Amino acid sequence: MTQVFFYGLSALAIASSLMMLFQRNAMYSVLYLLVCFFSVAGLYIMLNAQFLAVVHIIVYAGAIMVLFLYVLMFLNLNTPAAFSKSNMLRMAAMLTGGSIFLLLFSAFYRTQLIVMPDPMNENVGSVQTLGKVLFNDYLIPFELTSVLFLSAMVGVVIINKKDKVNG
Amino acid sequence: MSQNALNLITLLIPALPLLGFVIHILFRDKISEKIAGYHATAWIVISFVCSLILFNHVRSEGAIHVQLFEWFSAGDLSIPFAFQVDQLSVIMLLVITGIGSLIHMYSIGYMHGDDGFNRFFSYLNLFIFFMLTLVMANNYVLMFVGWEGVGLCSYLLIGFWFKNPEYNKAANKAFIMNRIGDLAMLLGLFLLYQYAGTLTFDGVSARFDPSSPDYFAPDTHMVTAITMLLFIGACGKSAQIPLYTWLPDAMAGPTPVSALIHAATMVTAGIYMIVRSNLMFSEAELTMQVITVVGIVTSIFAGAIALKQNDIKKVLAYSTVSQLGLMFFAIGVGAYEAAMFHLVTHAFFKALLFLSAGSVIHGMGGEQDIRKMGGLRSYMKVTHWVFGFGVLAIMAVPPFSGFFSKDTILAAAYVKSPVLWVIGLVSGLFTAYYMMRLYAVVFQGQPRMSEHTKAHIHESPSVMTIPLMVLCALSIVGGLMNIPELFGGNKSMMHFLEGVVPIHEHHVAVSTEWMLMAIASVAIFLVIFIAHRKYRINWVVPESDAEMSGAGKVLNHKFYVDELYEMAIVKPMHMLSNFFYKIIDLKVIDGVVNGTAQFTTWCAGQLRLIQTGTVSFYLFMMALGMGAIVLFIYLM
Amino acid sequence: MDNTLSQQLQVIPLENYVMLSIILFSIGVIGILMRRNLIVVFLSIELMLNSINLMAASFSAYHNDPAGQAFVFFIMVVAAAEVAVGLAMLVMIYRNVRSIEIDALSRLKW
Repeated sequence: MTQVFFYGLSALAIASSLMMLFQRNAMYSVLYLLVCFFSVAGLYIMLNAQFLAVVHIIVYAGAIMVLFLYVLMFLNLNTPAAFSKSNMLRMAAMLTGGSIFLLLFSAFYRTQLIVMPDPMNENVGSVQTLGKVLFNDYLIPFELTSVLFLSAMVGVVIINKKDKVNG
Repeated sequence: MSQNALNLITLLIPALPLLGFVIHILFRDKISEKIAGYHATAWIVISFVCSLILFNHVRSEGAIHVQLFEWFSAGDLSIPFAFQVDQLSVIMLLVITGIGSLIHMYSIGYMHGDDGFNRFFSYLNLFIFFMLTLVMANNYVLMFVGWEGVGLCSYLLIGFWFKNPEYNKAANKAFIMNRIGDLAMLLGLFLLYQYAGTLTFDGVSARFDPSSPDYFAPDTHMVTAITMLLFIGACGKSAQIPLYTWLPDAMAGPTPVSALIHAATMVTAGIYMIVRSNLMFSEAELTMQVITVVGIVTSIFAGAIALKQNDIKKVLAYSTVSQLGLMFFAIGVGAYEAAMFHLVTHAFFKALLFLSAGSVIHGMGGEQDIRKMGGLRSYMKVTHWVFGFGVLAIMAVPPFSGFFSKDTILAAAYVKSPVLWVIGLVSGLFTAYYMMRLYAVVFQGQPRMSEHTKAHIHESPSVMTIPLMVLCALSIVGGLMNIPELFGGNKSMMHFLEGVVPIHEHHVAVSTEWMLMAIASVAIFLVIFIAHRKYRINWVVPESDAEMSGAGKVLNHKFYVDELYEMAIVKPMHMLSNFFYKIIDLKVIDGVVNGTAQFTTWCAGQLRLIQTGTVSFYLFMMALGMGAIVLFIYLM
Repeated sequence: MDNTLSQQLQVIPLENYVMLSIILFSIGVIGILMRRNLIVVFLSIELMLNSINLMAASFSAYHNDPAGQAFVFFIMVVAAAEVAVGLAMLVMIYRNVRSIEIDALSRLKW
């Protein structure tokens, strides 16, 4: 049962990301990626990280993807975009990506992964534990992320502020 | 007088001209001409008074030493900043400050109305300061400071009217020629330090004084090398062959400068330096012979050139070179005190001649060509008279000052060798001839200037004539300083110098001395008579440049020495410089520098092509780079 | 019940998660290199970040260490900020060159 879930979600994630890749229309790409994110959220739940899964859906599916869609609609870009024109480039891209995959895989293959004796303690992923970690061990980075957000927000406003001269 | 007061006076002598210089520089634009001139003169006069006090003291009690501070020291070398006023220095002090103050006063009139009036006096004060440093220093290094300082002032004053490029060239020539001598002098000082281990005058003298505990038997080659180098330095400063050509060109400066720097004081620095080092020079037989030959050759050579010069200042300039040669000649035969004696009398009458020539030029409105003068005796009475006495003095007509000093030199030469005496006399005859010619052509005969100039001829103001009269008096009676026993004197100057210059009596029979003197005087009178006939009775006017031929032309062109130097030194130098400029500098050095830059530009140009501007290409590169990093870490 | 759930979940070895992450990451790389549409390039970047998140979370779970999950939060924060700025720039670019093709930006050139 568990294995079925896992392989199902994994297959869904891989398939939807591949679909994202080969869609001509950006709009569909976004939607396929959304599917991929949901399946990843499912995997989070299987890792006993429920809080993470919820945040993941809120942030990615709820915010980022909506932002993408919004931009797409805003720019009115749902006309299908052409693939890269040269096949050479496509091949090169595949080759590079494949070689990186091989590299990572061979690294992974040679590595002995360490697993704790009693993994998947449900407390690890709980809100309580994460809260304690975030507000004790990682307080300063946590505060810094808010600064990051603020500066990103200011940056976005500045970038898209219309130039008064050029309209 | 207390020691402190004495030290103070000693310090005041060089300090006052320096103070004057500083004031002039600081308030150059603020003080008026009148104040500037008199105030500059006043400092020098006070210095002169101080010098008189010191003279009095030195005569009765001997040398004064004032140690100011340790200037610098390195290892064994220790150079004090110290003054030493002994018999030799004090004579130089009197000459410098005495004639200096007269010339300052004269300049007030001569430079009247000049744009650079205040600048002129600041330079003049600075010159006096450096000259005093030169003669008061107690070591060679400090003396060298003064030595370079007077060279600087000489340069500044020759090029005083710097708007004329010719004058600038003359200034450069003087400076560069002096530089050659100074280099030799510096090398000589290095050698001297290596040899003697000290550079104070007393220390060096002690090395060469057999009665001193520091004496050691001199190494002849070394001493010859040192003295030769020092002599080359003196040649540069005192305008001897082969470094004399700057002095006639130096006449580009204002006439008081010619009188003060290029006749009376600075050019005698070489004489002073050698007399100061007389113990060392006496040890170097070869150098002494070289000095004798160079001195007498310069004297005759310059005298011959002076015969055919038509610029009033050029005649006097070559005359100066000639007289300086005579002084070196005296040094060469070992008669240091005779050289000093002639130095002093020459300072009197040559300053007088230059200043009266300046008065003539002033009255003529700047004209310097004697062919356009003539008959000035009735227009400028005072100048005429003082110039006449100056001429008599330099011609060595008894009993004027030049007679005694030249006679002392000739007597010393006779002791060495009668041939030298004859050669020295020939130099004197040249002097007599060209001075008579100069006098006759300028002051006698018919006026040859234009009517316009004639209408403006005037006697100089009294601020100029008073110094002339004082100098005239000195020229007449200057010989009294050192009257030989023959005339009932006791050679007071020679005995005064005893502490610095050891006396060596010339043992010439009284009858011989009388005879020599008589022959010399008769010969001189004869020459004067010939010149007198030619230029005064027959009113022969020197021919214009185009009419000259044969020997006269050669003499007028100064034996083509300048042209020779141009050919032999300046041209090759230019070619060499051109070679270095065109080939070494432009091609090699610039090539290397520009090549480096071009190579960098080329490399950058090639690297620039990597920036294709295609973002996807960048992404590929980034992916590959990431892969490479991972691979690297993985392989590690 | 919890224990059994944990044990059930443990049936899946850690290697599978890592493998899945690697696959997703490689797909992201290929997407970046292959697609010309800037939007899809951004999406591919998101995918890569996600694969990293997944790996961090799985290690965290198998090591019983909540720090890994804390890092996932931070990565999410960075990703969100990056998307915001990136999309803003994208809009800007579109305004200027009327295209979001990646090679429309070939002005960065010698």
